[in-house]
Amino acid sequence: MNTHLLSLLGGRLLVALFTLFVVSFVVFGATQILPGDVAEVLLGQAATPEAVAGLRAAMHLDDPAILRFFYWLGGLVTGDLGTSYANNMPIAQLIGGRLKSSLQLAAATALFSVPIALALGITSAMLRGTLYDRAITTATITVISVPEFMVATAGVLIFAVWLKWLPSLSITRNVDSFGELIRIYAMPVFTLSFVISAQMIRMTRAAVIEALNTPYVEMARLKGASRTRIVLRHALPNALGPIVNAVALSLSYLLGGVIIVETIFNYPGIAKLMVDAVSTRDLPLIQSCAMIFCFVYLLLITTADIIAILSNPKLR
Amino acid sequence: MAIDVSPTFKPRLPGYRFNLTGWASLAVVITWAAVAVLAPYLTPHGVGDIVDLDYFGPMSAEFPLGTDYLGRDMLSRILLGARYTVGISLAATLIACTAGVTLGMAAAVSGGWFDAALSRFLDALNSIPSKLFGLVVVAGVGSSIPVLILTLAIIYTPGSYRFARALAVNVNTMDFVTVARIRGEKLGYLIGSEILPNIIGPVFADVGIRFVFIVLLLSGLSFLGLGVQPPEADWGALVRENIGGLPFGAPAVMAPSFAIASLTIAVNLLIDNLPQKIRDRSA
Repeated sequence: MNTHLLSLLGGRLLVALFTLFVVSFVVFGATQILPGDVAEVLLGQAATPEAVAGLRAAMHLDDPAILRFFYWLGGLVTGDLGTSYANNMPIAQLIGGRLKSSLQLAAATALFSVPIALALGITSAMLRGTLYDRAITTATITVISVPEFMVATAGVLIFAVWLKWLPSLSITRNVDSFGELIRIYAMPVFTLSFVISAQMIRMTRAAVIEALNTPYVEMARLKGASRTRIVLRHALPNALGPIVNAVALSLSYLLGGVIIVETIFNYPGIAKLMVDAVSTRDLPLIQSCAMIFCFVYLLLITTADIIAILSNPKLR
Repeated sequence: MAIDVSPTFKPRLPGYRFNLTGWASLAVVITWAAVAVLAPYLTPHGVGDIVDLDYFGPMSAEFPLGTDYLGRDMLSRILLGARYTVGISLAATLIACTAGVTLGMAAAVSGGWFDAALSRFLDALNSIPSKLFGLVVVAGVGSSIPVLILTLAIIYTPGSYRFARALAVNVNTMDFVTVARIRGEKLGYLIGSEILPNIIGPVFADVGIRFVFIVLLLSGLSFLGLGVQPPEADWGALVRENIGGLPFGAPAVMAPSFAIASLTIAVNLLIDNLPQKIRDRSA
């Protein structure tokens, strides 16, 4: 039975690798559709034809696209991300600090939203059909149906403009105290949490309700166990797999939200870097950022899948 | 000789009944559709006309939704913005769902390597976060309305494919499909006349959900300045160009957001409250 499990997991990892390959092909292809000579752009109008030809050769621009794709992919795998067009800096250096800021934002959001979302999801499943449950369900559907920037602008309007509790921009300089740090992170974390919690609450609620509909929960109810005991001792341990799966999947929504949130709050993270790179058409930087995003996304959904496989006792 | 099997009377089936929420959301959707079509006749002021000396004006009798960062009438701009948001999203949804559903049914009926290869490829495409996909394409190709429609369609084809394929696989195992196949029917007949009529209800519901996703993604891209380009403006772009009014609490910032929310929430509620007979009309 164990070999079966191992082959399932191995298969899942192979699929993830294959997906990453297709994704890199699409990312490279989409940024290479337009004909445009990078060498001429880089050297400017005064460049001599010899200089352009030299740079083209140095950048492998005369090679067929498929060869350039493999050069690029090889560079990515060995950690050589290339050089930014816009300011001629190595991309790894540009990304380094930005990636750290984004991960901090993501970690703060996860720490804040996961416990709250789980608590709301589990309790609304326990109290299914009550006013409390209906209010939470309606609220989550509403949050899912509106664009992320609306949550963000509404948050700024309420907390920064009307109540004047929080600053509306996240500038990470001049952080003197812990309180200041919280004030700076509050708006972006709050907005992101709102967006991903809605997904998490819905999926957690569905997972717990499914566990509550099983015969062994009915058995527990018949033998007179209290509602809390039924949920905590009988239903939750069995719903844990789907719930962790739901958490991992919801965290992948962070990636979409973070693009909007970093832009609107001017947060110096990797998503902001990428949006800026799109406006300056800095293709190597865009490719690298896109690959990092896709890698993290795949990592999260593959983890979610693996947890789902591992948590299924029939496969162990 | 054909035998007449039609019932002599048709009772009003309870399954077709539409509840109040359903009617209300349908009304909102139809209103926005009408606005998108009739926009130029509805706008009280010219869309590009600077009609207010003040910028970020508050709500007033003359300007019900205030004025924007140049002193233009917000209501007129939102009414015309409906054209871009609804039009682009609808076009992209129709392309995505037509392609996705057709391919999904074809894959389910054909099976074999065609199914396996297509499923693998589209699953891989599906694992690129949608906003990121949009960013990459806009960076590579630039933003114009045809590019936006096509990009949005490509992003949401895999989801539609997956959904239609899952439904079609179930129908494909039915005896009447086997009979049709033994009769020697071609692929086009099988998917058009045997599979499609049996999955059409859920497919319609799925079209609605994808429309909501596409509206949200288009608005998000426009908000980032990568979607609809000035001087044209959809609702997302309207939020972007007026974001400077946020510190003053100007209605120009929130009004377009509320327009997006009213459309997406209405479509979601409409799908949730569709009559059972339509929503669950699958084999």
